[in-house]
Amino acid sequence: MNSLTPRQRRELKEIIISGIIFFALMVAQHMNLLPESVNNAWLWCALYLVPYLIVGRDVVRKCFLGIRNGNVFDECFLMTLATVGALATQEFSEAVAVMLFYQVGEFFQRYAVGKSRNSIETLLSIAPEYANVIREDGTVEEIDPDDVEIGDTLLIRPGEKFPVDGTVIEGTGYINTSALTGESMPRSVDEGDAVISGCINGENLMKVRADKLYEDSTVMQILELVENASSKKSQTESFITRFARYYTPAVVVAALVLAFVPPIFAGNLMDWVMRACTFLVISCPCALVISVPLAFFGGIGAASRIGVLVKGSNYLEMMSELDTVVSDKTGTLTEGRFTVSDVYTADDVSRETLLGLAAAVESGSTHPIAVSICEAYDGDVTAFDVKDPVNYTGKGFGASVDGKTVLVGKRSLLEAEGISVPSLDDVAGSVCYVSADGKFIGRIAVSDSIKIGAADAISKMKQLGASKVVMLTGDSKSAAEIASKELGVTDYKAELLPADKVTWVEKLLSEITGKRRFLAFIGDGINDAPVLSRADIGIAMGSLGSDAAIEAADVVIMDDDITKVPRLMKIASKTVGISRMNIVFALAVKAICLILGALGIANMWAAVFADVGVAFICILNSMRMLTGKSENM
Amino acid sequence: MKKKFKLQDLDCANCAAKMEDAIKKIDGVEDASVSFLTQKMTIIGDDAKFDEIVAQAVKEISMVEPDCKVLL
Repeated sequence: MNSLTPRQRRELKEIIISGIIFFALMVAQHMNLLPESVNNAWLWCALYLVPYLIVGRDVVRKCFLGIRNGNVFDECFLMTLATVGALATQEFSEAVAVMLFYQVGEFFQRYAVGKSRNSIETLLSIAPEYANVIREDGTVEEIDPDDVEIGDTLLIRPGEKFPVDGTVIEGTGYINTSALTGESMPRSVDEGDAVISGCINGENLMKVRADKLYEDSTVMQILELVENASSKKSQTESFITRFARYYTPAVVVAALVLAFVPPIFAGNLMDWVMRACTFLVISCPCALVISVPLAFFGGIGAASRIGVLVKGSNYLEMMSELDTVVSDKTGTLTEGRFTVSDVYTADDVSRETLLGLAAAVESGSTHPIAVSICEAYDGDVTAFDVKDPVNYTGKGFGASVDGKTVLVGKRSLLEAEGISVPSLDDVAGSVCYVSADGKFIGRIAVSDSIKIGAADAISKMKQLGASKVVMLTGDSKSAAEIASKELGVTDYKAELLPADKVTWVEKLLSEITGKRRFLAFIGDGINDAPVLSRADIGIAMGSLGSDAAIEAADVVIMDDDITKVPRLMKIASKTVGISRMNIVFALAVKAICLILGALGIANMWAAVFADVGVAFICILNSMRMLTGKSENM
Repeated sequence: MKKKFKLQDLDCANCAAKMEDAIKKIDGVEDASVSFLTQKMTIIGDDAKFDEIVAQAVKEISMVEPDCKVLL
């Protein structure tokens, strides 16, 4: 309760004071405490007007302001009309009670919305509040992050936030990226590495050169994205807005009919007018109009807490109806780095010898296979005496290493030189066979390893409703086939050119039938821009710091973690579930109360509950999205 | 020109929608959005008429919700 604004505090006081006076008056009236001589209607009216005006004067004021501004049929007008009508029919306590109850409801509604807003703001309080600039004379000055200029040298002490995007110029250690990625695993940085704003420094002092202004740095971009995401409305929200537009005039017409038609036959005009007022009070669509956007707001907040930026409520909604998930292979489902994955040595040849000789031959090349072989070798490649290098274009390399003739390449290369190569079990990745002085000494396989958790993520996606998970890659068929078995995808297409990927996505889009309607593509942003835009939802991964990816995609996963995709699907279905629950509940209660109100069975108490209470319950329900524990998602 | 404004005491989602519609109709406004959840208003409009646009927008806002203030 200490988070109330001054206005809210005043409102609460008015409610309490008015409530106390009202209760006292009720007791006095029912216990006939006033002497007979003054016990008349006018006195009670005047007495009840006191709590009425304390709690309701804002409502009455807004009613008249509304009429003056041409905005006649708003909530305040209805409430004023209804309660004045009650006063006129000498239902004094009812008038005050209704006004009091209405204001209590409004108060809680505003409080709930305020809390939701605060919740999102603390979520997003990843923004750094200050920056320490090292001036040319060596002094350290604490300034506003807005004032940091490109090229400034910044001092980041242990535990402090990096204020802007930049490059480490001094210091190494671990930094905490959890504010942006949701991951608590620290990331190691070294001199020359890029760091982005919002990360928290580990235990070592660091000096960073500012590469971007505060307003262009990642944190501000993220905040902007999340804030603006709510303005891209989901289909559900658009429906509600359109519904409200037709609904309101329809209800007003119904109320007028209710007020004036039955009295023609049955008389009792005042009675029917009162019922019509009650009817109008019940009908207010506030519950729907507030709670549905709030649920989506909460969903986007929940996603950003796990390091996933969803650029619009509509995308979140689509995620809950995914039929097909298409994914790039290299870098998305796999690590994107080639490493030596299998080493077969002929008898009496050691692994180190094999790797050493192969590395020596490959040491000049920048080909990924060559690089990985050299990385796998523990010793010093330069220790070898390498002479007469030969490039068998397309087939491999050869050289004289410490006097031995070594060949590294395809099976056909060795066999062409008369070397017999035994047939070995198939293995994933690219293989090269190694021979020394005409004898086969071993085989090295270099492949891209599947990301930990990728297979699990794919099976979760299927569990959550995706009927197809398809892998598209430019890689070879054999590599793709082996990867697809390990990953558990429903289908894969290999050896694709970028344009082919778009064609396949279009084909998959046309194959979607059934209730679930959308296709998502997961890629690494930069190369996959056309496919990302063709898909219904473009998901870019590994985007820590990549502007291009953030621009091109609809959903941005800040780190490389593909398990976030099924987690996002869960958040999406929870959000849509809550908003549907709200819509059904609000409409059902309203419909019942409207019918009861028209028949005269429900009085104004019920009317106000239907309006305000339902809205309040729906808002609380939507807030579940915001406060849900991210571990459950 | 594109400018963002913070709004205070905007409590009704319906009101935000009405304000947005009204501001979009102002002469010289290219696009406008009023977000009830973030309490922010964005107006994109003619550079030359911008001051008038803002003044008119403030009027529209107070007509829909008299207690809502625009922090300029």
